[in-house]
Amino acid sequence: MPLDILRRLITPLRDPVATSRYPEAAPLLQAATRGLPEIDPARCENAGACAEVCPTDAIELAPVASPDGESGEGAQAADKPSIDAGKCVVCAACVLACPNGAIKMSSRVELASQSLADLVERAAAPGEPAIDRAAEDRARAQILGRFGRSLHVRHLDAGSCNGCDWEVAALLNSYHDVQRLGIDFVASPRHADLLLVTGVMTANLQEAARRTYEAMPEPRLVVAIGACAISGGVFAGSPQTRNGVAGAFPVDVFVPGCPPRPEAIIEGLLMAVALPPRTADVVVAGPQ
Amino acid sequence: MSNVMATTMLSVGETLATAVGHPVAVSVAGGGAAGELVANVSPEDLTAATGALLGLGARHLMLVAYDGDSARRAGAAPAPAPTAPAVEEVLAVPDGPIVRFRVELPVGDPAYPSLTPLVPAAQWDEREAHDLYGIVPTGHPDLRPLVIHEPAAPAEPFRSFVAHGDGVYQLPVGPIHAGIIEPGHFRFSAVGESVLYLDARLFYTHRGLERLVEGRTLAEALPIVERACGVCTVTHATVFSQAVEQLTGTEPPPRALAARVLLAEMERLYNHVGDLGNICAGVGFNFGVSRLGWQKERLLRLNEALTGHRYLMGVVAPGGLRLDLDERGLLGLGPLVTEIEHEVRSTVRLLVRSDGFMNRLHGTGVLTREAALRLGALGVAARASGLEMDLRLDRPAGAYRDVYVPQVGASAGDVAARFHVRAQEASGSAAIVARLADSLPFGDASVPLAGDPKPGAVALAGAEGPRGASWLWLMAGVDGRVARVHLRSASFANWPVVASVVPGNLVPDFPLINKSFELCYACTDR
Repeated sequence: MPLDILRRLITPLRDPVATSRYPEAAPLLQAATRGLPEIDPARCENAGACAEVCPTDAIELAPVASPDGESGEGAQAADKPSIDAGKCVVCAACVLACPNGAIKMSSRVELASQSLADLVERAAAPGEPAIDRAAEDRARAQILGRFGRSLHVRHLDAGSCNGCDWEVAALLNSYHDVQRLGIDFVASPRHADLLLVTGVMTANLQEAARRTYEAMPEPRLVVAIGACAISGGVFAGSPQTRNGVAGAFPVDVFVPGCPPRPEAIIEGLLMAVALPPRTADVVVAGPQ
Repeated sequence: MSNVMATTMLSVGETLATAVGHPVAVSVAGGGAAGELVANVSPEDLTAATGALLGLGARHLMLVAYDGDSARRAGAAPAPAPTAPAVEEVLAVPDGPIVRFRVELPVGDPAYPSLTPLVPAAQWDEREAHDLYGIVPTGHPDLRPLVIHEPAAPAEPFRSFVAHGDGVYQLPVGPIHAGIIEPGHFRFSAVGESVLYLDARLFYTHRGLERLVEGRTLAEALPIVERACGVCTVTHATVFSQAVEQLTGTEPPPRALAARVLLAEMERLYNHVGDLGNICAGVGFNFGVSRLGWQKERLLRLNEALTGHRYLMGVVAPGGLRLDLDERGLLGLGPLVTEIEHEVRSTVRLLVRSDGFMNRLHGTGVLTREAALRLGALGVAARASGLEMDLRLDRPAGAYRDVYVPQVGASAGDVAARFHVRAQEASGSAAIVARLADSLPFGDASVPLAGDPKPGAVALAGAEGPRGASWLWLMAGVDGRVARVHLRSASFANWPVVASVVPGNLVPDFPLINKSFELCYACTDR
C-alpha cells in the first residue's frame, strides 16, 4: 500500500515542533503542580503537626529555645521546620495537617544537589535554578570538553516502583528529547560515562548493581534520582532495602522528587557534567 | 442477607460437604459487591474443597499467608502466646460469590498439601508464602526461592531450569537490561533462534512492602501501598481505600466515586497509549514510538493539571479523595482527551496498514484461551485470548455501576490481538473520561471514616487496572492498624503466563511479546 507509506512520511511533517527548550526555558508546569512544600515563617508555629504526618520524616522541627533562654543552634537562622528534599514524596500530607495553613505546595521542581546536606539547604533557600537558563550552549560545551563528544548514560533500576524509570524513559520522547543536549542512553555500562540510578537498592539487586558500576570505564559519574534512591523514600527501614544507593557507590548528584519530573533529571545530569572530575573512585561497600 | 446470597451459601455449602465428606460451615463476610463466603477448612480438606469450587467454574484469585505475628497484630492472642499461622485460598465464582477458604496451620509445622498440582495459577502464591512466611506447601513441584534470592539456608541456592540436548544453548539475559526498564533475569534455552524453554527469575525489586506495612496505621500504609507500582497508583490506592471503607462501613461521596473512575481511566489511557508506542519500539518502528510517546506525554500533562502529579499519586484515599481534582484541570479536559484519542487512533490506523509492522505482530506470542484459563491470565492478555473478563463489568464497584464500559475482546491471543484490544480500550477510556469530566458531581470530595476497623476483620477489594485486575486483601489490627495486607497485582498473576507463551517463538521476539503483555516488575515484586 504505497499510499500508506506516503501518509506515514507526510503526517509527521504536518506536526508543529513539540520539543521543549529546557534548560533555556523554565520547566512547563501546571497550576496544580506539586513541587516541594514551602513553609510560611509568618504563620508557622513550629507545632509539629506536619512532621507528625510526614510519611518519610522529611520535616525536622526547628530547635526549640531551652528554658535558660539560650536558643538552640541555628534557631536564629530559621525558626521554622526544615524540609529534606531528598525524603519528600510531595504527598501534601503536611499541607493538609497544618492547623495554621502555613504550608503550601510550591512549584519548585528543580532541586538537584551534590550532597545530602545540600538537599536540605537548597530546599530552604529560595529557589534559583542551579543552572544558567541562558547557557544551553555552555552545557553542551561542558559535555564536549569532559567526555569528548557526548554524554552516554546508563540507567540502573536498583529497586524502584517504576515511576522514576518512566520519567527517565520520557527523557527520550519528542518533547524532552535529551539527545538535543548531546546526551544519550546506552545499552551497556561499558559504554557509559554516567550511571543514572533509580530505586531503593534492594537486597536482591546489590550484587548486580555493584557489577554494573564496576563495568563502567573511568572517569564515571553517578546521579541518584528520586526519593527512594536518595533516602529509601517511603520504603525506608524495610529490611529488604538498603535505604538508597549512596552506600553502594559514590554519588555525584542527587535529584529529589517522587518521581522527579524529566526537567529535574536533566538539571541533575547537567549539574553532574559541570563537576570537576573525581580523582579516585572508591567503592564504599558491597561484597567483594 | 439477600435471598440470592442465602441460596448461594447453601449451594456452596452442599458442594463442599459432598466434596470433603462432612458438613462445612460457610458464613457470609465482607461488603463486596457480589458478597463473600468464608469457610474454615482443615489442611487435608483444602484440595478437595478447592476442586469442588473449580467444578463450579471458580477461578483462583490469590493465596494469602500470614504468621503468628500478623495474627497477634490482629489481636488474636496476647503477645507471648503462640498464635497459629494460616493460609487463605481465595477463589471467585463467576457471577457468584468470592469464596475464602481459611486454613489454620499447626504452630510448629505450618504445612499443608500444595494446591499447585490442581491449580497451576497458584504456583507463585505458594512459593511466596514459603519464602516470606515459612509456610510449606507439601508436594509443590518447584519450591525454589522466589522472593528472597538468598535464603537463610544456602544449601538451596537459585537454580535455573534449562533444557538439555544437542544444539541447545543457554542465553542468560538480565537482571540489568539494555533499555530503560526494570530488572529481571531471563534464561532462554534455545536452538538456533527458537526458544525451547524460558525460566524467569524476578523479584529483584522486592522492597518488602507487605512486611513493612504490617503494624502501621492505615494512613501510614496508604502511600506505601500506592507506590507498589508507580504507574498503577490509582488502582492500588483504590483497592486499599475500598478495603478500608468496607472494614469501617464508610461510603465515599458521589464526587469521589466518580473522580476515582475518571482517574482510573486516565491511568488506563496513558498506560495503554504508552504501551502501544512501546510495542512499536519492540519491532523498531520509530514512527509509532515517537508519535505515541508524544501523546503519552500530553496525557501525563493532563494528569498533572488534574492532580498536580504526573502519575496521579496522593489523590485517592480511604473516605474519598485526599486532594480534590483541580477545577482548572477539569476545564477543557474532555475536548483535550478526545483530541488525543483521535491522534492515537489515526496513528494506530497507519500502523495497522503497515505490512512490515503487522507481520511481526501476527502469530507472535500466542496465548491460547485454554492456557489463559489454566494459568489465570488477566486483563488485556485474557481479553485478547477470548476470555470475557473485566472487573469493571463483572464486579463493578463504586461509580463503575453507573458508567458505560464497552466490552472489548479478541480471540487470536497473539501480539496483534493484544495490540488491538489495547487500542480499543484506550478509546473506551477516553470516552469515559470525556463524559465524566463534564458531569463530575459537585460536593465534598471525602468523608471521615465511619469508625475504626474491628481487629481481625478481613476485607477484599479488587479493581481493574491497566494491567488487569488487582486484588488487595486487608486484615485489620488493633488500634486501627494494619495486621496484614496482601496485594495480588495483575502483573503478579500474568508473569508466569508470559514465561509459558515464549517457547516456540524467536529469541528476538521476546521483547515484543513482553511489551504486548506490558507487565510491571515493581508491582509483582513489591
